[in-house]
Amino acid sequence: MKGQNGPLVHELFGRGDYGLISEIVEPGSCVLDLGCGEGELLAWLAEHKNVDARGVEISPAKLQKAIAKGVSAYQGDIETCLADYPDNAFDYVLLSQTLQEIRYPLQVMTDILRVSRRAIVAFPNFGHFTVRLAHLFNGRAPKTKLFPYDWYDSPNIHFLTVDDFEILAARQNWQVERRYFLSGTREVKSFPNLMAEVAVFVVSKR
Amino acid sequence: MVVTTQIKQFKSLELESGVVLAPVDVAYETYGTLNEAKSNAILIVHAFSGDAHAAGVDAEGRTGWWDNQIGPGKGFDTDKYFVISSNVLGGCKGSTGPSSINPATGERYAMTFPVITIGDMVRLQKLLIDSLGITRLLSVAGGSMGGMQVLEWAVRYPEAVASAIPIASTARHSAQQIAFNEVARQAIMADPDWSEGNYYDKRNPGRGLAVARMVGHITYMSDASMREKFGRRQREENGIFEVESYLRYRGSQFVDRFDANSYLYITKAMDMFDLANGAQSLVPVLAKSRTRYLIISFTSDWLYPSYQSLEIVSALRRRNQDVAYIELTSNYGHDAFLVEVDEQTELIRGFLARTMKETDKK
Repeated sequence: MKGQNGPLVHELFGRGDYGLISEIVEPGSCVLDLGCGEGELLAWLAEHKNVDARGVEISPAKLQKAIAKGVSAYQGDIETCLADYPDNAFDYVLLSQTLQEIRYPLQVMTDILRVSRRAIVAFPNFGHFTVRLAHLFNGRAPKTKLFPYDWYDSPNIHFLTVDDFEILAARQNWQVERRYFLSGTREVKSFPNLMAEVAVFVVSKR
Repeated sequence: MVVTTQIKQFKSLELESGVVLAPVDVAYETYGTLNEAKSNAILIVHAFSGDAHAAGVDAEGRTGWWDNQIGPGKGFDTDKYFVISSNVLGGCKGSTGPSSINPATGERYAMTFPVITIGDMVRLQKLLIDSLGITRLLSVAGGSMGGMQVLEWAVRYPEAVASAIPIASTARHSAQQIAFNEVARQAIMADPDWSEGNYYDKRNPGRGLAVARMVGHITYMSDASMREKFGRRQREENGIFEVESYLRYRGSQFVDRFDANSYLYITKAMDMFDLANGAQSLVPVLAKSRTRYLIISFTSDWLYPSYQSLEIVSALRRRNQDVAYIELTSNYGHDAFLVEVDEQTELIRGFLARTMKETDKK
């Protein structure tokens, strides 16, 4: 899939049917995708789940493709765009593979849970064993399939693990409704902090 | 196929001021075919100096002002949609305006024409749409002053507008926009031939009107586009700068096709337009609309800068209304909305297709 909005969607495309998102998102709901890319996922949700699909995208070229697909998207920055919205405007806000890239992730999460009933958050797991091994044996900033960048060139500014997110959720008193752990397109059943490449959390306020 | 502008007459139109215009004409054209459910109608509303002839070629061989966007396979695809375009109230291209004959006196209205507003233009369009038996428009679309009419439609007739496409527009003029219009008005009124508006049997106030148009054209371009188009090049035969020559040509051309009094009335209507009716916030007034929005602005448009579009987008977000917004990159200034065809085609096509799908669902 070209122009996917990060590995999560890629994974889901890999499953061929958007299985995971389809499983999570209720038909007819209102969904905001933060960093919607070219809008494939939202267009798919609008088409197959009758979803009221909204998107935010920073890249003008991607945004144009998204709007051309009929997705109601606009150019905006994830860290500031939520301020305008009223409380509980959405049923779901998607944050795919960007939590580790934003300056104030906790603030963004708090904003998401203000404007939405649920957050669906996906991020690469820095606790994955390949990352640990790379760091242990090379003694350098890990460069793996999951984190392919050189340290000076990386968009990632936070390096969180599955456990880190769980701890934050507990501390913030968020309710983790569901959690999915993926390795490639496979679901990881045990030792997610070690074995999951990507974690997907469905979070709501208590 | 040759396109012909048609005229429809209505018994009367009550203006926002309470004044009743009777009778009132509207000039319009249509393209494509209205479907049986009458659910595929799109109203195109023109910018300041436009007219009903938006697409196709007329008997004089003139191509419509938005022909690159309206037609078979284009953004407003006339194979799918029924497109209506009309001349605004106060205009001089077939709709009732200051140059029309006042039936009460047998003379032209000239400056006795009542003050009109963007809202009045939309009221006349509503009469036209009603007369065509259309209760709900799939979309209302237009750039610049057209965008103001689009916004007015969306808040005044929320049930009659499924989607709205205001391009390079604003919910209200800034001081700068009013200032340029005032310079243009003063140029017209300073021309002795204007004679308090009673020039119809005499000499046209062509010099004033041409200067007004020259100022307008400067504001429609950008520094970059003017540099690229003219630079400091001079004409060989007389040594005048290319940019001077261009503006003079545009000015004199305009005099032949536009009425000076219409210029005064329409620019005043634009300046007075305020979607929020004097309120600071656009949120309450926009909350009335039940419309999907596609809002487009352009990076180099300094006459209708992007912040004006963003103000609308932000107000719509406050109520979580359905809005797509993009600032397209262009060097063409305000003219971009007529020039940047491909990007807009793609956006408009996708947006309309989705709107049509959702309309069909309901």
